[in-house]
Amino acid sequence: MDLVIAWRNLWRNPRRTLIILTAMVIGITSMVVLSALSRGMIDGMVDNAINNLVGHIRIQDPEYRVDPSIIRRITHPQQLLADITPLLPPGADIARRIKVDGMLGTSREHVGVIIVGIIPENETGISFIGRPVHQGRMINPDESGDLIIGQALLERIGARVGRKVVLVSQNQEWENVSRSFRIRGTYRTELAQTEKVYVFVLLPVLQEMLGVGEGVTEITVHLEQGKSGKDDGLAELVSALNTKIRDSGYIAENWRQMLPAISAYLEMYNGYMLIWFIVVFIAMGFGIVNTMLMAVYERMREFGLQRAIGMRSSRIVRMVMVEILLLLLFGSLVANGFSLFLIKIVFGSGIDLSLFAEGTEMWGMSRVIVPALSLWDLYTANGVVLVLGLLVGLYPAVRAGRFTPVEAMRHL
Amino acid sequence: MGDYLLAWRNIWRNPRRSVLTILAIVFASGLLVFMLSFQFGAYEDMIDSSVRLSTGHLQIQAKGYQNRPEMHKVIKNPDRLLGKVAALDGVDAVTVRSEAFALAAGARRSRGIMVSGVRPDVERRISSLPGQIRKGRYLRDGDVNVAVIGALGAERLQIDIGDECTLIGQGRDGSVAATVVRIAGIFKTGIDEFDRTTMQIPLSDFNSIFSMEGGAHRIVITTKALADDRPVAAAVRMMGEASGLTVLTWDEMTPGLRQSIELDLIGGIIMYVILVIVVAFSILNTFFMAIFERTREFGVLMAIGTKPFRLVKIMLLESLAMTCVGLLTGMILGTAVTLLFSYYGIGMGESSELMAQYGIADRLYPRLSPLSIIIGPAIISVVTFITALIPALKIVHMRPVAALRG
Repeated sequence: MDLVIAWRNLWRNPRRTLIILTAMVIGITSMVVLSALSRGMIDGMVDNAINNLVGHIRIQDPEYRVDPSIIRRITHPQQLLADITPLLPPGADIARRIKVDGMLGTSREHVGVIIVGIIPENETGISFIGRPVHQGRMINPDESGDLIIGQALLERIGARVGRKVVLVSQNQEWENVSRSFRIRGTYRTELAQTEKVYVFVLLPVLQEMLGVGEGVTEITVHLEQGKSGKDDGLAELVSALNTKIRDSGYIAENWRQMLPAISAYLEMYNGYMLIWFIVVFIAMGFGIVNTMLMAVYERMREFGLQRAIGMRSSRIVRMVMVEILLLLLFGSLVANGFSLFLIKIVFGSGIDLSLFAEGTEMWGMSRVIVPALSLWDLYTANGVVLVLGLLVGLYPAVRAGRFTPVEAMRHL
Repeated sequence: MGDYLLAWRNIWRNPRRSVLTILAIVFASGLLVFMLSFQFGAYEDMIDSSVRLSTGHLQIQAKGYQNRPEMHKVIKNPDRLLGKVAALDGVDAVTVRSEAFALAAGARRSRGIMVSGVRPDVERRISSLPGQIRKGRYLRDGDVNVAVIGALGAERLQIDIGDECTLIGQGRDGSVAATVVRIAGIFKTGIDEFDRTTMQIPLSDFNSIFSMEGGAHRIVITTKALADDRPVAAAVRMMGEASGLTVLTWDEMTPGLRQSIELDLIGGIIMYVILVIVVAFSILNTFFMAIFERTREFGVLMAIGTKPFRLVKIMLLESLAMTCVGLLTGMILGTAVTLLFSYYGIGMGESSELMAQYGIADRLYPRLSPLSIIIGPAIISVVTFITALIPALKIVHMRPVAALRG
């Protein structure tokens, strides 16, 4: 009954209600849509970082991070693989790699690179090198003298596919070893910096060149999940892996540990969003209070009369609060529908920032931002509006409850 | 004058409503002043740290060096240009740097590194690097066969202060360049990429090791103010000595920096405009209410001959007065808060690690400027004026008789 009365009271002055609803719909929509866009941006950053040969979990020698040289290697990866495979969830992909510092030389100049030895078929779906090549073709086991370099590096050294270059690195005796390779193809990534740094050769070829037998420097696990909010259980999985491989002397880490800067930002990210939600709420909060105050003062005589015939003031407060609750719920309902429309239909295929390609590149962002609606954002945005809305609504409601019959009758 | 007084008094007929409306404007304008000052401060810090650490405000290079830096692309006669550039208006300092890629080897480990030849005395004035030495000392004039290296590079090569490091590369003429340097200092800028790949040695050493024969790769110029970059660039381009060379400004050398600032600014402005529109709708009801509750009054005034446009004017004055009070208060409050934070700084918390990769300090200092004070309130006054116009124009269509009945 109260609900019906409150609903009708709300529409006594349709223009006023519509105006404040418009303010709320714009406000809540901006909260939801902008949070989905920036969440999409962050997801893109995290995905780019993980696909940048990081993976979700990596097993390596604990010293490798500060001293990425070939002596910090996993000497018998087969044993380790047999140990960890049973622990991994279905859908997990595993890749073995050697990653060492080196130099790439042409007849004219040398540049610093990171030489990566890969098994091409294992990289599909794991990293950018598993995607189709940009020019030429992928290296394959029949052609051991081939390598793949980034398109940006190819342009930087002014070479063409088919040219020969020399790779130099250190073997485990600290001797420089070099070998000549033919550029078989180029790859492209979101980030030109990546293209300039990584060159790829076949794992067995690099193992032979460095004289390390079966050895690899890392085992990377790619899980079927990924997005920032959805990696519950990753920490548990990593500690289970570490327990299993404890005796080997190697260590498993998840991407949050490997990318501390991005993870730290992710930790703060929800806080930033909450601040934005509250700021937008304050902007519409003034309007909500003012509109409800007007609605309440207009009905002063009515409230006075109700008090005069014996209605308790707490009942009046409750009625006004129900009205505010309905206003808030209706506003957020419309706003969420509108937001979904914007996110799925209008921005569904993403916002293209190619005009700012070098700017997005600098931050490791993707050129196209696809909005990613997270439940946390949705609940928090609506939660902030409902909770704070009811809180500021107390002012007009309590004011309505305080009208005395005498005061009300005098007021024309 | 009477109209102004009338408008002012009308505002205070319903003080609670007017105060809430004004507060909404105070909040929005104060917030915008603070946020824009904060953003502008951060941009200036980013540009400054990039300019100080690597590019300078301007550089003169041989054509094609920027995209494909190769040893043989040199400025043949840098000294003459140097003297003339230093005399230009707006130039703060000017120096020469040359760069070569070399294989650096410690006792056991070796890796590729960018070796940069610099003039220590001038670098102290224009570069932030000498201030970021964590161990040992920076280069000095007269130093021979010494080097400073980034902390991560030193870690990878497992070398420390006093250790020797062998450099092998290729000279300008294609000959083999080799030398041994002693590490005098280790720097840490916080930008991992830079700390991993950079080494500096005195320019005189560099020239002899890499057979530069008097050539140089970059003439680096810093200007007194950021805005001086383009005028100075234009002046340098006019010089006869600069023919055949290119003059690049900082944003041409680091386009990513300029673009990410633009991107952030556009994103910010979109957010602020949305915020201001929300505020506008929040206060639109007040403006409507102020008119509708006075319909009878307007009826009387029109019946005795007041022109409707005068009433529109009074209503607009009323809302403008509220907006102005709100804007002024907001600007004062926003300025005060900004000044407070520009004194103490704002900690970036856990994000500072990510920010450090882009040369952003762990405390950010908002910077008040005429622009950051004006932009926000300007957006607000335009939007609120439109907001006030919509209800005020209703008066034009009022008929005295109907209004009197209402």
